[in-house]
Amino acid sequence: MAKRIEVKDLDIYYDKFLAVQGVSMTIQPRSVTALIGPSGCGKSTFLRTLNRMHELVPGARVDGKVFMDDEDLYGPGVDPVSVRRQIGMVFQRPNPFPTMSIYENVAAGIRLNGGRMKKSELDDVVERSLRSANLWAEVKDRLNRPGSGLSGGQQQRLCIARAIAVQPGVLLMDEPCSALDPISTQAIEDLMLELKTDYTIVIVTHNMQQAARVSDVTGFFNLRGVGQPGELVEIDETTKIFSTPSNKATEDYISGRFG
Amino acid sequence: MPVTTSSERGPDLHTPLSGVPLTHGQLPRYAAQFTLLAAIAAGIALTLAGWNPAASAIIAGAGYVVVIYAWSRTVEGPRKARDRLVTAVVTGAFLLALLPLVSVIVTVVGNGIARFDVEFFTYSMRGVVGEGGGAYHAIMGTLVVTGLAALISVPIGILTAIYLVEYGRGRLAKAITFFVDVMTGIPSIVAGLFAYALFALVFGPGVRMGIMGAIALSVLMIPVVVRSAEEMLKLVPNELREAAYALAVPKWRTIVKVVLPTALAGIATGVTLAIARVIGETAPLLITLGITSSVNLNPVDGRMATLPVYAYYQYVTPGVPPEPALERAWTAALTLIIIVMALNLIARLISRLFAPKTRG
Repeated sequence: MAKRIEVKDLDIYYDKFLAVQGVSMTIQPRSVTALIGPSGCGKSTFLRTLNRMHELVPGARVDGKVFMDDEDLYGPGVDPVSVRRQIGMVFQRPNPFPTMSIYENVAAGIRLNGGRMKKSELDDVVERSLRSANLWAEVKDRLNRPGSGLSGGQQQRLCIARAIAVQPGVLLMDEPCSALDPISTQAIEDLMLELKTDYTIVIVTHNMQQAARVSDVTGFFNLRGVGQPGELVEIDETTKIFSTPSNKATEDYISGRFG
Repeated sequence: MPVTTSSERGPDLHTPLSGVPLTHGQLPRYAAQFTLLAAIAAGIALTLAGWNPAASAIIAGAGYVVVIYAWSRTVEGPRKARDRLVTAVVTGAFLLALLPLVSVIVTVVGNGIARFDVEFFTYSMRGVVGEGGGAYHAIMGTLVVTGLAALISVPIGILTAIYLVEYGRGRLAKAITFFVDVMTGIPSIVAGLFAYALFALVFGPGVRMGIMGAIALSVLMIPVVVRSAEEMLKLVPNELREAAYALAVPKWRTIVKVVLPTALAGIATGVTLAIARVIGETAPLLITLGITSSVNLNPVDGRMATLPVYAYYQYVTPGVPPEPALERAWTAALTLIIIVMALNLIARLISRLFAPKTRG
């Protein structure tokens, strides 16, 4: 079920402004790929092109190819909605739907798409997703309470449960722990290590220790200068990036000399 | 290295800063209340001495402001004095604004309570000359016409707001926003003339129908609904839309299932207040509906009575003797006020019931 993603010469634009230039990478299935780099270098922008969320910004477009298991995501006639059905996303700030209960939040991906499902099947999906997100034990007695009543870390795990309830092939995470405390962060990191047996995970993070802890492969994005487009400087095994990076800028960044 | 003296090291924190003591004078605890009582007593004395009550109230108020400011300034210093001055002025402005409201309520309740009886709510004016009769036909007419107006304007208004917030880009959206603003300022009589002219084109001059009034009212109501719904939709965080898109929910379903429910409380409140705003309109209904003395619930068949127009006609053409008609006019006004107040209460209730819950 986990999918491989291959990016070839991707340029990302906001109107005429070139935000990210010439990214090529292969993201292996059943692994965690971390994207690190200074603020404003286009990590999140790049992540959002992988499930075609980027084009929701008026004037935003891309140039280049993104393949998911040999299917071109930007090919003619590809419906962005079907792409997002395959590639789920978790955001920086937990964003459960405020009008829905915990149960409805997890079921949202199925119900909002008009999916008809027997109550018992839906119950199973909700329980399985909440168990996978390590949240079941904490919420199983209050599934009908509003999701916004949970703590920040619980809300973020609820959002992860919501994303995996539709069984995507790839899970994108845009700084999923930056609004959370260390304990909740640890819970989410443990969760990522569990989830990678079933999903391809791509995570954007500002926390280099986090990248070192959870990822198999790390990509380093950087800006050449102010007003210049961001670019992928280097991507390699995480152990190699954090021990013997081949690029000077990568070494400066991970050793804390800038950024 | 030279030894630094304490004056070079900056202020010494153990002694008070020079010239700024931490304590200062204070007015006695009930100074404000006492001054106010004195001012009121002075005002009453002036009235008893034969002055105009309004003039003596103004003089008493001004006297209070001057006395409390001067007293506070000499004892407490300029900052506290300014605080007391502004407090007095703001409170005065509030009381001034409250005056007409209280006056209207007292007058309308006082005059309207006489006929606030069962007959008023169960009888029409059919065949009534002099005493008796009621406003059943006018109340039903108001409900029918306003209900129809809401039926027309709420879908148009909400859909326009959805277009403006979710889809509108470029010139068309700007033009719509501009014309909605213009519509907000249309005098109600013009809306009535518009509806009359529209129907006169088809049915000839002199036409009167309930639906005409509903259309005239919806001209007034649509911009209010658009504006309030637009503001409420804008308040829905973009993160919720993104969360839905990331779950592969199409845009229209995101709007229907996520954005609208989240904004529902605010939109419902806005709609209720818009209804309250048009339910008391008189001028456009005078032109489009006219008045009748019997019950007519069919909005496409001739004249209909409505509460504001009913009150107007009872007052303008009271008949002989005039007292029963005048009493009916006051009671109609009272009923209208009660309906508007009920709508406002309903709006509050709705916003409480539908608001997204944060606590379990």
